[in-house]
Amino acid sequence: MLSYFFKRLGLAAAIVSVAMFLLFCMIYLIPGDPASVALGPRATEEMRAALREKMGLNQPVLVQFWNFYIGAWTGDLGDEVLSGRPVTTVVFEQLPYTLALIVGGITWSVALGIPLGCWAAVSRGSWADRVVGILSVAVIAVPSFVIAIYALLIFAVELRWLPAIGAGEPGNLGDQLTHLILPSLAVGLGWVGYIARMVRASMLEVLEASHIRTARAFGLPDRTITYRYALSIAILPTVTLLGVGIGQMLSSAVFAEIVFARPGVGKLVYDAILTRNFPIVTGTVLITTVLFVLLNLLADLIIGALDPRVRSSF
Amino acid sequence: MAELWRPIRKILREPLGALGLFLVLFVIFGAVFADLLTGWDPTKINPRDRFQGPSADHLMGTDQLGRDLFARVLYGGRIALFVALVSTAVSLVIGIILGLIAGYGPRWLDNLMILLFDAMKSFPTVMLALALVTLMGPSLTAVMVVVVLVTVPGYARIIRTQTIALKTSEYVTAAQSMGASSARILRVHILPNVIGPLVILASMDIPVVIGIEAGMSFLGLGVRPPTPSWGSILNDGFTNIRDTAWIAIAGGVPIIITTLGFTFLGETLRDVFDPRLKGR
Repeated sequence: MLSYFFKRLGLAAAIVSVAMFLLFCMIYLIPGDPASVALGPRATEEMRAALREKMGLNQPVLVQFWNFYIGAWTGDLGDEVLSGRPVTTVVFEQLPYTLALIVGGITWSVALGIPLGCWAAVSRGSWADRVVGILSVAVIAVPSFVIAIYALLIFAVELRWLPAIGAGEPGNLGDQLTHLILPSLAVGLGWVGYIARMVRASMLEVLEASHIRTARAFGLPDRTITYRYALSIAILPTVTLLGVGIGQMLSSAVFAEIVFARPGVGKLVYDAILTRNFPIVTGTVLITTVLFVLLNLLADLIIGALDPRVRSSF
Repeated sequence: MAELWRPIRKILREPLGALGLFLVLFVIFGAVFADLLTGWDPTKINPRDRFQGPSADHLMGTDQLGRDLFARVLYGGRIALFVALVSTAVSLVIGIILGLIAGYGPRWLDNLMILLFDAMKSFPTVMLALALVTLMGPSLTAVMVVVVLVTVPGYARIIRTQTIALKTSEYVTAAQSMGASSARILRVHILPNVIGPLVILASMDIPVVIGIEAGMSFLGLGVRPPTPSWGSILNDGFTNIRDTAWIAIAGGVPIIITTLGFTFLGETLRDVFDPRLKGR
């Protein structure tokens, strides 16, 4: 287990390093330099030169990359252009809002996806199975921002059941949760489909296994067999699925934050683009990428701990 | 002719496939014959007619500037399909080349490229799009660059896996021993055998691509106004959601129809032609 852990950790570090390199190349190769982007079209040549000096853009490429790379590993992603506050501080202030949204999305997708998938597997081949199958494909296909807008339109604007904007009063948990319902539905609905399909497929596999046959032979009630013996094993693959899913939910969260005017990293980057605050953009991209790689690592380690076959094949 | 009909008949036999094919043809028809289907100019501003509901004159109503929404939806379909076709084609070409190199080339190059693909896949899509647009400025090209960056690693990996499987097969060894060049082996012996599953996967990616274009245009990072795109119509609908629901409906429904159509069609294609890919 320990060697698997270190190998997997090394791979994650390598992926993050390459991602940093790609991000740096992107900034460097694409026409338009960050200093002019930050200052806008009306800036004078001296102002640009001064900012370039301050941001270290006049140094050789390799030195720039080295500074960027070392800075990133030590948590220094530079300072924001407007207020001069460290990028890391600004991003970590907003991150909890986005994480709350993603946790809400996972809650929706698990709460709806697991029962649906389970139901489809138990009633395999019936109309219920077909309906769940079509619905799963449908919610996966439709982009989350369309779901967000329609959720806003139906439940907040037309029916007025739920609040439309903001994250709720600070300190008032009930209010904050009410504000979380619609945006997290928009983030999680697509994943209801993925999870339902995954649970259905792995349930069908588990229901054929010999320990289930034995339990049947002992005359245990169907309900006990399905939920206690089969489902507890069949939901394991969803752990990996959620590891991958969080990266995509992060993308959906950006839209949900903008549509529902919630604070969070998505709103932060979006506003940073409008004010041409470039360090915030790269900083957020990097932090969310590291977050994604770490969550994947975590999912792999959990699966590795649960299933020795995964460890040995790595 | 009969050869061409057989796959289509297979798709039509599945209810979901038939529905998918119908929706896709419906959308393509609307986009191709946009100028015949409506007399309205999609960018013509008409302030006196703003915020109208659907009527015989304006089939889907008008937006906040009095532009005809039906015309904007039809012409927006052209943008969506154009981006989907062009960027998927570019991604396929790049993905095939990179995948063949990774699969057929030396081991170290393969490992390096896999690491590169994994790193590219680890950027959250929207974050990558936002960063690129900050530098390049909003444009249709930026949208296509994002699509290519997001989809190429997946295609390259599929091609790579298949190439590795074929590399040691007997007929490839035979060709090598007869002195065939690597380029010839890749082109004549490997490529035709690895391309099938890729085309199916690419067809299933079309809804994702359309989603990226609409999403970026929704954020104001894609096509520039006044060019109509489903995403920018949806944004107009979002901005004016308290005045009228019709703009948001006009922008969202085509996105839903198109993504559902291509997804149903893609799933059926996969099940009919390549059951091995099922559940991917």
